[in-house]
Formats: sequence, structure tokens, C-alpha cells
Amino acid sequence: MADERDGGFEQRLRDARAKRGLDKPKDAGPTQGLPTGPWGIGFRAGVEVVSALVVGIVIGIVLDRWLGTWPWFFLLFFVMGSAAGVLNVYRLFNPRSGPRG
Amino acid sequence: MAAEGKAIDALGQFELQPFLGPIGEAVRFSQSNAHMLAAVGIISGLMIWGMARRAIIPGRLQAAAEMSYDFVHDLVTGQVGDEGKRFFPFVFSLFMFVLFGNLIGLLPFAFTFTSHIAVTFTLAMVVFILTTIVGIAIHGKHWFSYFVPEGAPKPLLPLIVPIEIISYLSRPVSLSVRLFANMVAGHVMLKVFATFVVMIGGAGILGIFGATLPLALNVVLIGFELLVAFLQAYVFAILTSIYLHDAVHLH
Repeated sequence: MADERDGGFEQRLRDARAKRGLDKPKDAGPTQGLPTGPWGIGFRAGVEVVSALVVGIVIGIVLDRWLGTWPWFFLLFFVMGSAAGVLNVYRLFNPRSGPRG
Repeated sequence: MAAEGKAIDALGQFELQPFLGPIGEAVRFSQSNAHMLAAVGIISGLMIWGMARRAIIPGRLQAAAEMSYDFVHDLVTGQVGDEGKRFFPFVFSLFMFVLFGNLIGLLPFAFTFTSHIAVTFTLAMVVFILTTIVGIAIHGKHWFSYFVPEGAPKPLLPLIVPIEIISYLSRPVSLSVRLFANMVAGHVMLKVFATFVVMIGGAGILGIFGATLPLALNVVLIGFELLVAFLQAYVFAILTSIYLHDAVHLH
């Protein structure tokens, strides 16, 4: 019988329905993650820190320009930006939403 | 051109030039735009022409089209879940555009439009604005609770919320800088070693033997760049999916 090949007709029907999203799979976990190589992780962490720092500094400078309070907002948002950078790296290893799905 | 005056001109390849001389100059159409159009044309050709026959046993083109479709489809549904199917066309176009931009840039005489921060940042801003709008459209006011982590002590909130907002705003920056930096670094390395080949090769009989060393390195680098081209398009697409997941599921 042709149906005996891969678990029979029922199994194939179930697979097809799951793929189309008609049946909800029980554990909707992530099937793929980001590539994890030492270089990839290292570069990503660096980019995350620098980009958060840059965003913080830009916000600080813009606020200072607007309110004429140089350098106080710059200093404040410099610290905030570094904290956000550390937070980004933390999120890189511990995604915020626990189990995805 | 590169080795003129014994100086290595590694950044000249990123300069924008008007396409087709005076015609491009008149309408401000650079070779970067031309390569974007070429990428869109090749992708459309691959998908339309490749799927035209709809054979049960796919030929080469159809197999390539089906594989790329399946790859991105699994990526989006794997990250976002079933709701992600709505965003599949968006992520697919983004992935193919970045991938073909990276790949076309590896051809001789071609230009890599993904090596310009203006291009990658625009793409990242599209992603950023879309995820924000999707989040607000689905969750309404509740979306703003994204910036208030669960279980955080109340007195610390004035400190935590701005940090969360900066962290959220840094997404398009990191997304665009990653792609841009990878492409620039790869192409600069290729150019530098290619210049070494010309410089050492010009130094007589012995130099020709010496020049094989950087030449061999460049062969390896091209293979590595192919990997990076694919990997960066993949990372761009998967990070877009992760951001979409955050927007759809919030916590």
C-alpha cells in the first residue's frame, strides 16, 4: 500500500494541516534561532552597545540644544545610553518573552 | 586605478556615480539606484519566470524559487507563529532585496547598494515603523506597557522606562549598522588584497610568485563574502521577524 510509506494517510494529513496552521501545534517554540558563532555573537554585542550609546547621546544633545542646558542632558543620556546598551546585550542572551509563542 | 601612485584606494568603490553619464546626471539617477532596479528585476524574474511552468518535478529555477519561498516561510512562522503569515510578503521582499543586493555586489564591476548606510538605515526604519504601527494597531494603549518590564520596583520606573525606550530606539541603528559594516568591511578587504596583487606583481619575476599569495587569499575571501552575503540577509530577516514577534505578542 502506498499509505504505509510514511505513517499512513492520517499522519500525512496531520502534517499538512499543521503546516497550513489549521491545527495548532502543542508547543509553539522557536524552530530557528540566530546563528551562534563566537564572531557573530561578539560583533552583535558590540553593535548593540554602540548603537544604544549613539541613540542616547543624540537624544541628550538634541534636548540640550532645545532647552539650552548643555551639558546636563547630554551627561544624563550618556549614562542612560550605556545602561540601554548593557540591557541590549543582556536581552541578546535572555530574550524578554521567555518561551516564544 | 587602485594602485595609482602607490596608494591603496579602498573606498573609491563606494562612490556614487551618475548612471549612463549625462542622462543619469540630469535625473539624479546613480549606479546605486540602477543596481537596486536590477536586483528587483532579477528577483521578479526568478519568481515569475521560475514559477511559470508549475511543474510537479521542479526545474532549477523553480527549485530555487520554491526553496527561497519555503526558507522565508519557515523562518517567519517559526519566529512569529501563525500570525506571522500576514507579514510573510514583507519579510520575503526584504530578505530577497538584501540578499540580491549583497550577491550582485560581488560581481566584477558591480556596485553594492547594501554597503551604504543610507540604504540600510532606510530599510531598518521601514521595519521599525512597521513593527511600531503593528504593535499599536494590535494592542492600542496597552502597547506602551512594553516599556515597563514586569516585576520592576515602582521607585525605579523613572529610570527604567527611559532606558527601555532608548533600547527600543536603538533597534534600527543596530539593524542597519550590522549589515552596512559587514558589507563595507568585506569589500574593503577584497580591494586591499587585490591592490596587493597588482603592487607585488609589478615587482619583476619574483613579484609574480609573491603575488599569488594575496591572490589565493582573495579567492578564499570571495567564498567567505558569499557566506556573509547570505548570512547578513538571513540575520536581517530573522531580526525583523523577532521584532514582529515582540510587536504581535508584546510580552
